[in-house]
Amino acid sequence: MDEKRVFSVLVNNHFGVLTRISGLFARRGYNIDSLTVGVTEDPEFSRMTIVARGDHAVFEQIGKQLDKLVDVRHIEVLTPDDAIIRQLMFIKVNTKNRDLAAIREIAELFRAKVVDVAEESITVQAVGDTAKLEGLENKLRAFGIREIVQTGISGISRGDHTLIGMKRNAEKAVIEGQFNG
Amino acid sequence: MKLSGAEIIIQCLKEQKVDTIFGFPGGAVIQIYDALFRDGTINHILTAHEQGASHAADGYARASGRVGVCLATSGPGATNLVTGIATAYMDSIPLVAITGNTPMNLLGKDSFQEVDILGITMPVTKHNYMVTDVAKLADTIREAFAIAASGRPGPVLVDIPKNITIEKTEYEYREPEPVTIPRSPATEEDWNRAAEMIRRAERPFIYAGGGITLGRAAKELAALVRKIDACLGLSLMAMDCMEKDDPHYTGMIGMHGSKASNMAMKNCDLLIVLGARFSDRVVGKTEGFHENKRILHIDIDPAEINKNVPTDHFIISHMKPALEELLKRVEEKKHPRWMGEIRELREKFPVSRAPQSKRPKELLDALTELTGGNALIATEVGQHQMWAAQFYGFRQPYSFLTSGGLGTMGYGTGAAIGACFARRDRQVVSVAGDGSFRMNCQELSTAVQNKLPLVILLMNNKTLGMVRQWQTLFYNGNYSATTLDYAIDWVKLAESFGAKGFRIGAQDDPRPVLKQALESGCPVLVDCDIPLDNKVFPMVPPGAALDELVLGDEA
Ligand SMILES: Cc1ncc(C[n+]2csc(CCOP(=O)(O)OP(=O)(O)O)c2C)c(N)n1
Repeated sequence: MDEKRVFSVLVNNHFGVLTRISGLFARRGYNIDSLTVGVTEDPEFSRMTIVARGDHAVFEQIGKQLDKLVDVRHIEVLTPDDAIIRQLMFIKVNTKNRDLAAIREIAELFRAKVVDVAEESITVQAVGDTAKLEGLENKLRAFGIREIVQTGISGISRGDHTLIGMKRNAEKAVIEGQFNG
Repeated sequence: MKLSGAEIIIQCLKEQKVDTIFGFPGGAVIQIYDALFRDGTINHILTAHEQGASHAADGYARASGRVGVCLATSGPGATNLVTGIATAYMDSIPLVAITGNTPMNLLGKDSFQEVDILGITMPVTKHNYMVTDVAKLADTIREAFAIAASGRPGPVLVDIPKNITIEKTEYEYREPEPVTIPRSPATEEDWNRAAEMIRRAERPFIYAGGGITLGRAAKELAALVRKIDACLGLSLMAMDCMEKDDPHYTGMIGMHGSKASNMAMKNCDLLIVLGARFSDRVVGKTEGFHENKRILHIDIDPAEINKNVPTDHFIISHMKPALEELLKRVEEKKHPRWMGEIRELREKFPVSRAPQSKRPKELLDALTELTGGNALIATEVGQHQMWAAQFYGFRQPYSFLTSGGLGTMGYGTGAAIGACFARRDRQVVSVAGDGSFRMNCQELSTAVQNKLPLVILLMNNKTLGMVRQWQTLFYNGNYSATTLDYAIDWVKLAESFGAKGFRIGAQDDPRPVLKQALESGCPVLVDCDIPLDNKVFPMVPPGAALDELVLGDEA
């Protein structure tokens, strides 16, 4: 049974790290739905949000194999309950002979913004989880969609803790001999 | 002290107490070779081919338990190392491979002998680096050694553009941090649960693998086996970790395993897996493998747990401390019925039963007798490799150098050369097939140049025997591209390299010639006639379950 899981991965901010991670997924046949990467508050680290598809056994392996990479510093699994998971989407919709107001109304309903208006199209920008963006896309389909561009998913856990903080705690535990692998 | 990058590399090798490295020069590493020459304290072994250098570094590591080092130039030099690096990766052998590359201002421009060796070796290294700042060179090399040797060992590649070897920076000697064996994350409860599983077992079977070899834990393994009265099967990677006549030992497990081991693996109620990874060559069909038994898996690599076969309980640990911990917690047990059953299988179906491996057995028996079972045995890949595993009577653990994971033909000669440098006190013998030996036979010249007392036992069946065996059994005897009835005169070939060459005919008593070879004190190739259609048995046909093995004693 295919499910999705979101891995938030703290990695060294080096060249080649993205290749190591995508190579690992390709080589071991793990399915990636999306992967985003960006530098963190500490320029030493980047953070990747990876959405993988598979079953429980695959997710277990993904976590462990990622953990073996020297450049991977910490891994957290994000769930919709305890994390905010978002994606950005641009939809360019046909407006020729169409009701501009109706499009704006739908966009508003999804808290999306109109970011460009051209002669025959307008471009809507939306942020949300995958379900919301799919909903918007479905609603706009009737008008004729010209183009869709979307980012992968980014996520952050709720609460005060941070991924770098969690990494530091884990390392401290190792030094103090509480946990060692 | 301001030193050039090349000089820093040499100093860092000395920090790690590296006394021998294997390599081949070229433009991108000429600076490093110059520094080696001027320093003069590191023994550099020039191989005939970079592949030989990587296998030699691997053999050196396996035989010594230390990190092996190889060095090659950019482009083809680097790519020639790849098979050796992949071989080491699959068997978790600690290696540091240093490659040169074009100067940084020429990188990415398809410059002469530029190759993206980082990209090429990413899937077959534990980690790799390109050094782009001379100030970071020393620490990178130190890190490479630490990563190669720690946890589950493996090869690490350091790619160094030529300008980095020329640029200068401050260098200060640093004592390497000792590689510590980390404490297991297992809790008191985890250990107790493992001990409890063992206490409850009535039919315990231990399947031990390369982790015992890498962790140098054969003694502790034997102690556990005796204390809990379990039978023990070994994977190819730990063939030398128990003496073959030990009453608890049931033989190799897997595709060419013994009937006793394979049946015990199937019929046990507790399978204890120590430093092994359920490779497809060991478990055969995974469906149904777990039936009617509990599995306790102990390994240093968490990713091996539940990877190929789901386990009931696991512990992440190096082998030695794990076995010591278990020994403290388990009580003495006796399982006379179970052990009796398995012993009966062992006696009734010894691996030596198959008439089609009679001659290889005679040769390996003679070798065992003449070396007292104390030789370091390297192998190539094929039938001879399996025969060596089945029949050589190892009396010392950590003495079997074989490419188990990658199955690299061409591995043996280089690995044996590396072993000669690691253990000058031991006799080294490479058990080879004619097909495999031919792949890297040029390394004979390396053995001769260095006056190594290396014996190559060439099991010459004039065919790619292992493939031929499959063609006979599963492909209607269509011997496609496996016949090697070439006009090679192996004795002359050996002599032309400056080695000695001997021949043992199919009917000859092998002992006199073998004895002479072993006493020669120089490289000797012994060309042994093996019947074309000799086979390795028992055999589990591909895709079958372990107990569906063919014994091969019909004919
Ligand atoms: C580099 C490489 N190429 C191909 C193979 C596939 N292969 C496995 S065993 C074998 C035959 C080996 O022949 P030989 O060295 O003569 O040994 P024998 O089986 O006859 O003892 C071959 C071709 C391999 N393992 N490695």
